[in-house]
Amino acid sequence: MQYLLMIYQAENAGPAPGTEEFGAMMQGYFQFNQDMEEQGVMLGGNPLEPVSTASTVRVRDNKSIITDGPFAETKEILGGYYLLDCKDLDEALECAAKIPTAEWGSIEVRPIMDLSKFQPG
Amino acid sequence: MNKPDSRLTNPRTTIENVVRDNYGKMLAALIYQFKDMDLAEDSLQDAIASALLSWEKPGLPENPIAWIIKTAKHKIIDRIRRDKIFSNKQMLIAALDNEMHGEGIDGFIDEQIPDERLRLIFTCCHPAIPEAARIALTLKTLCGLSTIQIANAFLSQETTIAQRLVRAKNKIKVAGISYEVPSADQWGERLSSVMSVAYLIFNEGYCSVSAEKSVQIDLCHEGIQIAKTLMQLLPTEPEIIGLLALMYFHATRFSARLNHQGEIISLAEQDRSLWSQEYIVAGDKLLKAAMMMGNMGAYQIQAAISAVHAHTSNYEETDWAQITLLYEKLYQYKPSPVVELNAAVALSFAQGPNAGLAALESIEKEKVMQNYQPLFAAKADILNRAKKYETARMYYKKAIKLTVNQADKNWLQDQLEAISSP
Repeated sequence: MQYLLMIYQAENAGPAPGTEEFGAMMQGYFQFNQDMEEQGVMLGGNPLEPVSTASTVRVRDNKSIITDGPFAETKEILGGYYLLDCKDLDEALECAAKIPTAEWGSIEVRPIMDLSKFQPG
Repeated sequence: MNKPDSRLTNPRTTIENVVRDNYGKMLAALIYQFKDMDLAEDSLQDAIASALLSWEKPGLPENPIAWIIKTAKHKIIDRIRRDKIFSNKQMLIAALDNEMHGEGIDGFIDEQIPDERLRLIFTCCHPAIPEAARIALTLKTLCGLSTIQIANAFLSQETTIAQRLVRAKNKIKVAGISYEVPSADQWGERLSSVMSVAYLIFNEGYCSVSAEKSVQIDLCHEGIQIAKTLMQLLPTEPEIIGLLALMYFHATRFSARLNHQGEIISLAEQDRSLWSQEYIVAGDKLLKAAMMMGNMGAYQIQAAISAVHAHTSNYEETDWAQITLLYEKLYQYKPSPVVELNAAVALSFAQGPNAGLAALESIEKEKVMQNYQPLFAAKADILNRAKKYETARMYYKKAIKLTVNQADKNWLQDQLEAISSP
């Protein structure tokens, strides 16, 4: 089953670039990527540019409305994601716990919708 | 357990007893095989209805449980064949047909149904399922209660519980919660969740006085049953044994804690001659067995605290010093302001009300305590004993404001009115 792991953290939480802790965190991500490849669950993942680069699109009454910024102003913002193919929710949750940002942020884990259930058997 | 002679006893009662005692086990086996709770439940209930009809005259067959399971499986296969939305339908049907044709009716006589209840209970109590739903799901599947019974026990609407169950089952399916016993590194947290559900169920029965008394005692028994089942399936977990001991010590007071109007009688005022010695003895045995395993935990300590009360025939003789020490120990395992509060109350009896008030000073500042009814009720009592009557009145009034239960409100009102003015 495919799961999207969404990495949320407060904008300036986590170690500052250039610090020793930052290096350790990057090493943690490098290790995580390796582990997920080895485990055979990695489908993809990316960090996102900061939330100041976000734009939001809404279409209302046929008009496209573009706004600057994320869809909602929240304390914790989406910083990156991983797409993993796990055998069940428990495996996805265990992987999520290994993401370095989990220690000061939140990882939302949601299943990708299984479209085959809408097809005739 | 003696197998009743079906020719002499009322067949319907016997069948119902057999079903009730094995419901959880049967359902767990079906859910594990077919990975679909609704399908398993519906088919099992149909099979039970068939059993009631088929066995009415001839009585129980030689292996009634295998009969019901086999019937349920047939019904499941039929449903899958008819239903167009099952994925991997062909594979599933092929697998089932193989199983069915592999053994004739004789093959089932000695069949032992594998006990998948542990998988079931860990699934029902998965942290990804909302707590209220964990309770409802456990009662529905493991304990075999109906939606109406659960609704009555929790003073909810049937539709509320039904919806809660639908969402929980959906989450299990869609989010991919598997019917497995957790791995070693998840074990502690997951087992904690299961024990918590069992204790919540017991407590709902024990503390809720507004619903019908008989219904509530049944809920206590369901809690006890769950703990017993856990103990049977995981005999080397001391906290489970401690939990059951704790429930038994509470159960000791079933006959003494309510008056004729159904109002609560406090520990200080209960007629201890009505306490059940049987439950005390049983609780003692379990607590001893747990502690001998040498792995102390929160439930064992809470049981030990309960045991101190259980062994005191006179409220005035309560060993509050011992209880205070036990609460302080409990704090090491369960560092919560609630435990601190209980320790402070015990201290107020062991070393006098002013000691208790001093201990409460820091506890009161905690965020979770701001509207925590037991804090205000407890402090009111301690202030009263410290002869600080004006402040005591204030605290009783706030406690009453925070109290939901009418019986408790009345009791607090009585305490407030009884305060002598200086």
